[in-house]
Amino acid sequence: MRTHELDLDRIKEDYLKKQDKVSRRVIVCAGTGCVANGSLPVYEEFVTTLMKHNIRVAVELKTEEEDVYVSKSGCQGFCQMGPLVTILPERILYTKVKKEDVEEIISATLIGGKAVERLLYTDSNTKKKCKGVNDIQFYKKQHRFVLKECGIIDPEDVNEYIAKDGYRAARKACLEMNAESICKEILDSGLRGRGGGGFPAGRKWDITRVQKNAKKYVICNGDEGDPGAFMDRSVMEGNPHSVIEGMIIASCAIGADEGVVYVRAEYPLAVKRMRKAVLDANKIGILGKNIFGSEHSFTLNVMEGAGAFVCGEETAMIASIEGKRGMPSPKPPFPAQSGLWGKPTVINNVETLATVPLIIKMGAKEYRKLGTAGSPGTKTFALTGHVVNTGLIEVPFGTTLREIVNNIAGGVTDDKGMISNEGFKAVQIGGPSGGCLVDEHLDLAMDFDSLKKAGAMVGSGGLVVMNKRTCMVSIARFFMQFTQNESCGKCVLCREGTKQLLNLLDDIIEGRATDETLALLEQLAYAVQKGSLCGLGKTAPNPVLSTLKYFRKEYEAHIKDKYCPTGQCKALAKFSINAAQCKGCTLCARKCPVGAISGEKAKPHVIDQKKCIKCGACVAACKFGAIGGGAK
Amino acid sequence: MKNQNTVIIDGREIPIEGERNLLEVIRKAGINIPTFCYHSELSVYGACRLCMVDVEGRGLVSSCSTPPEAGMKIRTNTEEIRSMRKITIELLLANHDQNCPTCPKNTMCQLQNLAKNLGIKKVRFKNTAARAPIDDTSLSIVRDPNKCILCGDCVRMCSEVQGVGVIDFAYRGSESMVVPSFKKNLDSVECVYCGQCSRVCPTGALTPKPETDLVWKALDDKKKIVVAQIAPAVRVAIGEMFTLQPGVTTTGQIITALRSMGFDKVFDTSFTADLTVIEEGNEFLQRVIKGEKLPLFTSCCPAWVKFAEQYYPGYLKNLSSCRSPQQMFGSLTKEMLSMELGVKKEDIVVVSIMPCTAKKYEAKRPEFKKSGVWDIDHVITTQELGTMIGEAGLCFTDLEPGSFDMPFGFKTGGGIIFGNSGGVSEAVLRFVTEKVPGAKTDSYEFTQARGQEGIRELTVTLNGRTVKMAIVNGLGNAKKIMERIKNKEAEYDFVEVMACPGGCIGGAGQPVYHDNRVRGKRTKGLYENDRMLQLHRPQENPYIVELYKKSLEAPGSQKAHNLLHTHYKARKRIFKEGVTISGTSGTTVPLEVSICFGTSCFLKGAQNLLHQILEYIKTVDIADKVEVKASFCFEKCDSGPMIRVGDVVIEHATFDKVRAAMETALAGAHGNK
Repeated sequence: MRTHELDLDRIKEDYLKKQDKVSRRVIVCAGTGCVANGSLPVYEEFVTTLMKHNIRVAVELKTEEEDVYVSKSGCQGFCQMGPLVTILPERILYTKVKKEDVEEIISATLIGGKAVERLLYTDSNTKKKCKGVNDIQFYKKQHRFVLKECGIIDPEDVNEYIAKDGYRAARKACLEMNAESICKEILDSGLRGRGGGGFPAGRKWDITRVQKNAKKYVICNGDEGDPGAFMDRSVMEGNPHSVIEGMIIASCAIGADEGVVYVRAEYPLAVKRMRKAVLDANKIGILGKNIFGSEHSFTLNVMEGAGAFVCGEETAMIASIEGKRGMPSPKPPFPAQSGLWGKPTVINNVETLATVPLIIKMGAKEYRKLGTAGSPGTKTFALTGHVVNTGLIEVPFGTTLREIVNNIAGGVTDDKGMISNEGFKAVQIGGPSGGCLVDEHLDLAMDFDSLKKAGAMVGSGGLVVMNKRTCMVSIARFFMQFTQNESCGKCVLCREGTKQLLNLLDDIIEGRATDETLALLEQLAYAVQKGSLCGLGKTAPNPVLSTLKYFRKEYEAHIKDKYCPTGQCKALAKFSINAAQCKGCTLCARKCPVGAISGEKAKPHVIDQKKCIKCGACVAACKFGAIGGGAK
Repeated sequence: MKNQNTVIIDGREIPIEGERNLLEVIRKAGINIPTFCYHSELSVYGACRLCMVDVEGRGLVSSCSTPPEAGMKIRTNTEEIRSMRKITIELLLANHDQNCPTCPKNTMCQLQNLAKNLGIKKVRFKNTAARAPIDDTSLSIVRDPNKCILCGDCVRMCSEVQGVGVIDFAYRGSESMVVPSFKKNLDSVECVYCGQCSRVCPTGALTPKPETDLVWKALDDKKKIVVAQIAPAVRVAIGEMFTLQPGVTTTGQIITALRSMGFDKVFDTSFTADLTVIEEGNEFLQRVIKGEKLPLFTSCCPAWVKFAEQYYPGYLKNLSSCRSPQQMFGSLTKEMLSMELGVKKEDIVVVSIMPCTAKKYEAKRPEFKKSGVWDIDHVITTQELGTMIGEAGLCFTDLEPGSFDMPFGFKTGGGIIFGNSGGVSEAVLRFVTEKVPGAKTDSYEFTQARGQEGIRELTVTLNGRTVKMAIVNGLGNAKKIMERIKNKEAEYDFVEVMACPGGCIGGAGQPVYHDNRVRGKRTKGLYENDRMLQLHRPQENPYIVELYKKSLEAPGSQKAHNLLHTHYKARKRIFKEGVTISGTSGTTVPLEVSICFGTSCFLKGAQNLLHQILEYIKTVDIADKVEVKASFCFEKCDSGPMIRVGDVVIEHATFDKVRAAMETALAGAHGNK
């Protein structure tokens, strides 16, 4: 389908010429989060309203003169404040934009040149209005490196990607470098797998490169399964070409001519964007035979997963691609030696692949200036939980937890959403495979090795901040339930072990635990960790073991005292009436569905613990706040 | 010395001698690492996690999937490993049916053994699984999912070795189950009943279906004459259930035991094996002379027969029309014995003692019932016989040997070696080399037919004509051979197929074994039986000679055909016939018009064509002469729509082509009237 020889410079030139003709650009965030919040109607409203104002509107860049270019972007990062709209060239960031606000934005900003104050972000500490990303703490403290173009460019426009110097690294790899030198560059850069394993990508590529086989494969692992993780999703939705470019470079490095992008089916937008990107890349000749006129050919297929977390494990993913049941196989043999269809295969995470073109462009030495010595570069995180600002962030390795929680996230909040300076309890990092970090880690310079030493792991980048009202036993149970559901069922330790671990945790939470429960829990957790076949099973006990390490007293309270210190575990809640505050109005006794409250009128009432079913109706009914339960 | 190709296991230096994985090296060193999911005949699975060992510098690895490397320092029984093994077994026991005394695998179950060997005193985990129903719908195998430990051995055996793949894992995680497709019962799917799944099953989840109660009932019935036939493979294996070595022949004791239990007559299947050789050998020679229907495939293995009916129905005409020795015995006995003893056929009960689960299915094939009387009434496995001997309280090894009744108790060596893979072929060779002038060999042995490999080939010359034979065991190997034949990559005149590895001696009804060397010993035992007999060529069996003289006349005669031959049924589709859309009630044989309604033809317009044809039939008023059917896939999807008019198959069918064909066919029919 190539109509002319692929000339990146000319494409860039053409694009910039068109861009120059545009006076203003409106970028509406169309990442999944903002779309769910209603950003697509906002986009439509911009287009129609601008036309009504007789302003020339472009929805894609054409050669004629246009005044305003309205485009969609991938995730702009500040997900809690969506729908987000960025106005260029001023780089104004409007938050929580509704369809009804569009008219005002057009007249005030696009025509009048002034910002609409009420739509600007208000800093939670200074209470000042922030015009754009350069003023907002959330953004200022980040280093958006892999995510740089994500949130600006139209992910469905390959020309814009090329105009931003996209595919130049792929060209360099195809024309100016050989397999060995590419592997060396990536190895020297120290790039480590961003999917959780942290294995040096360059070494993985090199091992695959030296395998003697005419047929090899590159697989992109887009099966981001951690609950609450959306880093890879944002890259695939926001800058799919960066992933393709990374795969092309990988294919040159190992000698592969075919690749697969495996995207989980629960990411329909990512699937759509990746498919379009592959289509466009094929059309202009970036994928296919003799790329850039070199000897190298590479084709890509986008494949959807089918709802299994375990298929993020590389051998299970390979089985899934081959049409088999998604179950892992023992390693060795490793995919580098015998992977897809028995051929040498490189499997890399989305973020890892998106980093590769940047490294080839800037060089390994320059890349190493970011991050730490053992973990160069940056890492994206999905920041969620009890903090002021949640969303997608990117920071260099070596950033401390305190910087993230206080500076970027704006501080820990309590249950009502107010900033609570002493409210920090723990951070769960790495999702269901990860562990927790506590007070003593707040100043830890985070990277792969330091976290491993602390008994946690970077994982794929999920960061959940928890305040003091969080029950750590419940958190462990939450993650264990997830892992148990997702266990493929092949190996005994994971299949039966996680189920029994969940049972034991339920016993603890529901007050059935005995003196032996904790010892059995630990013993079983270690067995599952050491003996499971794949990473899912091996890391499933991590949340349990990690919370046990730092919050043992909480477990013991549940077991020995049958008491939940944070009051979250309803089964252990003990509601009691404070006699001093009770006015004897009898309202609670009447509301109680099981008749557990007794007392005379105008005299303090009493709850019979044996009858109480802990439904909390009395607490809700009491107008004097005389009934408490659980929390100390 | 130290840096030779060795590893150090628990402090001992052990050489690496081509083993595929650490497990094999460790077991060679005499350490019995427990495993469930490891089978030397199957692919490495890595699921049971029992074989973990500690490799210095690497931590815990599963020994079944780790290749040995020189210099590895391995420890097999650290406290951590022992503790993990215990927990693994406890986890399995937590959701297992722990009613060992009533389980068919009691004392033979590997889970039970491991619980004992690892010293499990308590199961500290709760039972969380709901009780699943037992599937005993098939005639041959019983599935009890409550005893399944999900080791996957059955799945891989059925798929990798037998090439059928009838059972597989379904659902996820702790809901996982090994089931036939869509959770159907075994008798509704393509199971060929070979039972190899139950052979490799470490617990009682898959077991042969027992019939001993029915046999006891017959034995207790004074009105019935109960006759036993013992298959060759049984006699070299049943001793294993009574602490004897595999391969030790205990025929005499079996006979005494049977009489003791109340059997009226005890005969030998090897007799009808001899008979099979005569019939099949003659059939083969006829085909060679005529140059038709070659290769001839043996038909004594019922799992193979069902396999062929399901997957290679086009080759059914190549299958020998001979019945298996079991079935020949049944029809012969009922016919001859009823006459000889003056008893009604219904009062004779024939019990086969077989190493095989598929024989239970074979006995109930509808073509083996004559006038409401089954040729074979019951089939019990070697294991079931062992159980009955135990029930009868007999001390098997102390029994005095007895002897077979005549005439069906006399055999030559050729009949007895049927139990081995290659036995039928060798026996047929012993026959044809004497039948064909100038082909007789000095020795009666044809050792080229013997061996353990799954596919063996040999060539013999019979009076100038080269005869190529293939000997196959394992249905996956049968598939390979069939594909070679279909693709014309290989040509044979005679192909022997046995579904079980090693032949019948490796059947699923044989005593449970865990060491593959057992099969070799049983095989050797049968060849020794052959040597010890006075006659080796089936045609020399005097009772068979007499049988032909007195009753059967000649091989392949009408009488022989009635009693000793059979026919097969294409089973590729649920119904072969298709679904009748417009039938006729006319008295003449209607012209059959079949329209393929497979998805591809449907998408290419088959339904439209159907409407047009029906319209046409109404318009020209030939409804009483034509029967229209919707058929299953013609398997020529590229050439669809496919329509068959009478005997003519029309590709890329259009209405005009069909109408023309119908007119021709009907005109022709008219002409013939």
